[in-house]
Amino acid sequence: MTEPGSRRRRLGWTLVALIGIGLVAGLMTGAGGFSPLAFVAELRGDQAALIIGEIRLPRSAGAALIGALLGLGGAIAQGVFRNPLADPYLLGSSAGAGLAVVLVLAAASLVGGSVSLATAAWLDRIGLVAAAFVGALSGVALTLMLARGAVQTLRLLLAGVVVGVLLGAASDLITVVSPDALRGKQAFMLGSTSFLGTASLSMLAGGLALLIVLATRHARALDALTLGEDSAASLGLDLGRIRLRLVAMLSLATALAVAQAGLIAFVGLVAPHLVRRHAPGGHGWLLAASAAMGAVLMLTADVVSRALIAPQELPVGVVTAVLGGGYLFVLIRRRTLG
Amino acid sequence: MSAGLRTRGVAVRLGTTAALAGIDVEFAPGWTAVVGPNGAGKSTLLRVLAGLLRPDTGVVELDGRPLHRIPALERAQRIGWLAQQGDVTGELTVAETVALGRLPHLGLLGTPDSGDEMAVARAMALTECASWAQRRLLELSGGERQRVLVARVLATETPLLLLDEPTTHLDAPHQVALGRLFARLARGATAARTLLTVLHDLPIALQADRLLVLDRGRVAADGPAVDPSVQRALEAVFDRAIRIDVDRDGRARVELRFDDR
Repeated sequence: MTEPGSRRRRLGWTLVALIGIGLVAGLMTGAGGFSPLAFVAELRGDQAALIIGEIRLPRSAGAALIGALLGLGGAIAQGVFRNPLADPYLLGSSAGAGLAVVLVLAAASLVGGSVSLATAAWLDRIGLVAAAFVGALSGVALTLMLARGAVQTLRLLLAGVVVGVLLGAASDLITVVSPDALRGKQAFMLGSTSFLGTASLSMLAGGLALLIVLATRHARALDALTLGEDSAASLGLDLGRIRLRLVAMLSLATALAVAQAGLIAFVGLVAPHLVRRHAPGGHGWLLAASAAMGAVLMLTADVVSRALIAPQELPVGVVTAVLGGGYLFVLIRRRTLG
Repeated sequence: MSAGLRTRGVAVRLGTTAALAGIDVEFAPGWTAVVGPNGAGKSTLLRVLAGLLRPDTGVVELDGRPLHRIPALERAQRIGWLAQQGDVTGELTVAETVALGRLPHLGLLGTPDSGDEMAVARAMALTECASWAQRRLLELSGGERQRVLVARVLATETPLLLLDEPTTHLDAPHQVALGRLFARLARGATAARTLLTVLHDLPIALQADRLLVLDRGRVAADGPAVDPSVQRALEAVFDRAIRIDVDRDGRARVELRFDDR
């Protein structure tokens, strides 16, 4: 068997290469689907800077950043709850963030203003992220309360499903009362990268950089948690405080992603799984590699969503749900069949 | 460095049952085996002594200071604790797992120096697990994994070691090796340690300097294995399913009784 170190190096370089390929493929995917030839022609055209530089590049780069945030959030969630099925989407944080964003959209239309994912300026986006963050934290808190902690996998997942359904229903109710929020909400529930512009890029990049640094500083605590909660506590860790910080981090990661691109399922669940499968290691590695893996998954899903039925687009959240659901399906079948 | 750990009137209720009911004991350097039937309160006592469970009444003191007043990191630099197996997810490698024993000395952000690396290497050598350093815990057998977890707690190099069933899953040669290691650590010429082990394997427990016999949350006996009152208490708490003898060398021996009693 290969040394863990060399497996990690190999996967690391593969992920870097795949991100590069994904970005280039994103630039080559336009109204005519994925087409390198059309891309070369566009490069020579006089609208190259607009089409490629201001529309496709922010979109692809944004997709990568959102994937990275989701992958990182998933790795944190799985580590802090000591549960390989924990995922921001399954823990109620996405549903909470979604409800908060719908509330903001509805409130804005009530007072006659218009905040939408498509037009939101800097200040609005910060407001949306803040609302989504509060919503995400509340969603996780609700799930944990209902599950009485994160010890039992089944109870945690059930609680996450219940909270997801309840908060989703609440969002539905709001759109009935405030139809203006419906259009924004639709794009939102399905997940979409089409609203990503340069304004969101800097926020996503800044958030990701901050979260990677903060999360990596807790890598040793997440490693200690693999021994069990009591063993981690016996090593001098203040688990209450550390857990709170990590939940805040995964909520912020979810909030940043959800506020810019809506609900995107399964990336947070699948990315850390794929990393563990191909090159397991401590959390210092797992956190960073899951972020990179998340970026690769989202770039792939983004290109597929734009190319599959071009010139029309599929919502990217639908693509990740199909891919992620398929992966889970295979995983379950393999486990059951031994 | 020696460390004195003592309890004063420690009582713990778990649900409606009294897990510990008024325990007054003191531990000095040396090896104490905590023994008793299932549900006697052995693991609860160890968790209380490790500062992981606050007693409902009474107090635990470390060198005269109440344990719960000592900051967590300082406590972890003094007391190492080994859990019963079962909680470990096993995704880390052996080397990464054992290195976690240095966490109390490094904190979350410290960089390991050569002293930390030597402590990890020593711990792995003592439990003979260095050859699997790069394998993941979940790829190991139960006994191999147990040796890694013991190495993890040895790597803390704390003056006090509290080990809950450290010999679980081990084959006979490794049980004997671990028993010898405990004796050596407890009587170490330069750094005698205070070692407390919860043990179900009575033949190993009898090798300890002192037996603390628990029964239904109380101390039934406390003393060396050759003490006849300790032997009688042991036979009684185990419902006379065992018999303790002392051989010609003055060593206590245990046998299971299958005859009609």
